[in-house]
Amino acid sequence: MQDPLIIGGVTLTSRLFIGTGKYSRNTLIPEVIARSGSQVITVALRRVDPESKDNIISHIPSHMTLLPNTSGARTAEEAVRIARLARSAGLGDWVKIEVINDQKYLLPDNTETIRATEILAAEGFIVLPYMSPDLSAALRLKAAGAAAVMPLGAPIGSNRGLQTKELIRILISETGLPIIVDAGIGRPSEAAEAMEMGAAAVLLNTAIATARDPQLMAEAFREAVSAGRKAYLAGLGPVEETAAASSPLTGFLA
Amino acid sequence: MSFYDRLTRLDKLPYEGVWKQYTALDVKRALRLEQLDEDGVMALLSPAAEPYLEEMAQKAHRLTRAQFGHVMQLFTPMYLADFCVNHCTYCSFSSIYDFPRKKLTLEEVRREAETIAATGLRHILILTGESRNESPVSYLKDCVEVLRGYFSSVSIEVNPLTTEEYADLRQAGVDGLTLYQEVYHQETYRQLHVKGPKRVYRNRLDAPERGCLAGFRSVNIGALLGMYEWRQEALATALHARYLQDKYPECEIGLSIPRFRPYLGEFNPASDVTDRALVQIILAYRLFLPRSGISLSTREPAALRDHLVHLGITRMSAGVSTEVGGHSLEGGTPQFEISDNRSVQEIKEMLEEKGLQPVFKDWDSLDEPLAMP
Repeated sequence: MQDPLIIGGVTLTSRLFIGTGKYSRNTLIPEVIARSGSQVITVALRRVDPESKDNIISHIPSHMTLLPNTSGARTAEEAVRIARLARSAGLGDWVKIEVINDQKYLLPDNTETIRATEILAAEGFIVLPYMSPDLSAALRLKAAGAAAVMPLGAPIGSNRGLQTKELIRILISETGLPIIVDAGIGRPSEAAEAMEMGAAAVLLNTAIATARDPQLMAEAFREAVSAGRKAYLAGLGPVEETAAASSPLTGFLA
Repeated sequence: MSFYDRLTRLDKLPYEGVWKQYTALDVKRALRLEQLDEDGVMALLSPAAEPYLEEMAQKAHRLTRAQFGHVMQLFTPMYLADFCVNHCTYCSFSSIYDFPRKKLTLEEVRREAETIAATGLRHILILTGESRNESPVSYLKDCVEVLRGYFSSVSIEVNPLTTEEYADLRQAGVDGLTLYQEVYHQETYRQLHVKGPKRVYRNRLDAPERGCLAGFRSVNIGALLGMYEWRQEALATALHARYLQDKYPECEIGLSIPRFRPYLGEFNPASDVTDRALVQIILAYRLFLPRSGISLSTREPAALRDHLVHLGITRMSAGVSTEVGGHSLEGGTPQFEISDNRSVQEIKEMLEEKGLQPVFKDWDSLDEPLAMP
């Protein structure tokens, strides 16, 4: 079944994006990549140290599309600066914009994210902004040149699942952009649910990196994302709130 | 409004009775809470929580791993100067001690930086005694300029400064501020700080807030545990951190848990902070402030540090010297005795053995002005 996801001119067959943070050792990353089947991996530029023998980038196979993220940025200016640093460090043109100035809940600042998206998209970056699911902000991100938008399912690292489901559903239906659910997904069933709803992909890190067996969990998510996507394409049957009545109320109408 | 007003109200609590009134039920209730409230953190610091350390530890461990992952950020302090005008009864740098004082020249700073950077560390915390003549802001800025060539993040631990001075250092590339109140209990503070500008309690208490206002990325606070009744001091620290985090959500508020260590003089700590007490404090901090970084210094012995890495700690110092120029020069006077003398490499190996990834670099200095359209 051909069902590619095309972002920024790159054709992806996997709809599972993964991360590099939180692992007990970087040497787990290649195994997790292999078992997850993922083709896109996000990496915080703040953790990249080209001078280090254990540089995180050296653990990522070359077939992967790198998605440097602007973790740590508190303003559009900082996000722009980090993105430019990433590009000049040879990490490619993709960037996940992450602007957070709330250290209590780690919620993204949509206004600053829109500003950063405008600037970076104009500079030729493939911009994937992490955002709080809000339709008007998503439409502004689209107008600003975002290649996809990445709404959160729940706060980062919370493993709470798709708490923002209704809002994400609206983004999927109204924006015309690939919607990649980022943050909050803790279980494969939640990833499957996001895919069944029509999300283009999911991005997750904590659920895999902090599992007792990250490689096995990577495989579980690979299967869940694939199953959820197939269900979406197959067309889920309508959900009835009650059993169909055997004596229809309008049966008397001709 | 400053934290001082809150603290003054807290000071009036009849603590002896307050701690005793918490029961096992209060502790269980606190452990069930999604977000710990003030009453909850008091329950966890109370004697009633002592039988529940394991439950607290399990929860703290889960929260820390979910939030921070299986990683530990490493840093080291660099002592730039030990000139000091204060007399504090518990410190080797106190002005009453007669030892050859030292201040690194910029060339010595460069050599010290080179030695430390060769260990792989990328985060540095610079320290001085308090002397506006010997280690003024202009000197700190010169040092920061040198250090930025070697480190991706520079933080300061110096005497309290004004908001403008902090902003000036922020502009020069300093990311973080560490400033310990030492002791929150005001009467004890007066007794311990005998002479010098450090006597002004309020100036120190409000300094972390000035750091937030000046735009530091992180502000790290703590009480020097042992100087006064530890439950009360830990509570004040936790509430101070919460006050700052609520008011300045953009700034990462972190906590340290320095326990009093032997030094040149003969000060006997007032409150005995046992290992169990230290663990109780760390766990209460973690459960009260799930996203705050908690730093562990080499004041604590290696064996204890190795156990604490799973209980909520997110940052550790490694390869430490508390002497001015202690990494590349000889003959300095340590500010206090450290208990974990292991090298950066040894700490790295210990962490890896415990299933934790040592993180040497977790930021890039981004402080040159950027033209925005």
